[in-house]
Amino acid sequence: MTDITIKIVYFAWLRTMLQKSQENYTLPKNIKNIDDLIDFLCEKDEKYAKIFANKQVIRVAVNHEYCDRTQIIKDSDEVAFFPPVTGG
Amino acid sequence: VDNGMKNNIVDITTDPIQQGDLLNDFSNGKPDIGAVCAFVGLVRDFNDNHNIKNLTLEHYPGMCEKKLHDIADNAFKKFDIFKTAIYHRVGTMGPNDTIVLVLVAARHRKASFHACEYIMDYLKTDAPFWKVEQDINGQEKWIEARTSDNIARAEWKE
Repeated sequence: MTDITIKIVYFAWLRTMLQKSQENYTLPKNIKNIDDLIDFLCEKDEKYAKIFANKQVIRVAVNHEYCDRTQIIKDSDEVAFFPPVTGG
Repeated sequence: VDNGMKNNIVDITTDPIQQGDLLNDFSNGKPDIGAVCAFVGLVRDFNDNHNIKNLTLEHYPGMCEKKLHDIADNAFKKFDIFKTAIYHRVGTMGPNDTIVLVLVAARHRKASFHACEYIMDYLKTDAPFWKVEQDINGQEKWIEARTSDNIARAEWKE
């Protein structure tokens, strides 16, 4: 199996709390889906743990489509985390 | 301006939205159009808080355009309409500035009214835009999503 490298993007207060709008990761083999990715991030740094503390509120999109946390992550995916939208 | 598939115009812009000009151009030279419904969303006066200076709209480039096209495509499936346009401002703006303009052209008025409301209800809950208010001290406050918007969208599901 080849490595899975993804881009993660953050918007609104997630972006300002993390002080970054995007980052790239090559994932450990045990990271299969979005839930695994969130756990991985939260263990890495408490900034992520804060953001995902109320994780039911956070929306997830993969490659510009909304998805749930059981979505399997593939190489080159763009994963987005953001709060409920407030446009219009 | 992205004219995409069909007759959907989707335009996300940092420039002020000139709704009068856009409305005139929308139906100009198209005699089969019998009705145009326009919705204009404005920045409200900042209510009770006089310390608020500006409102800034952030969006997710790429996904935002895609979702707006998806919403318009679904409106075409659901209503008997000819053409839609969604203009959405991003960046920093002040009271009375236009945030969003939705135009829907149809043969008859009912379809244009319904499709316009449908597009706005879905835009509110699905299009990745976020509002943040800046106060005079440079503090930022992210606007929270409203439950009533989810209810409005849910009412479209049969």
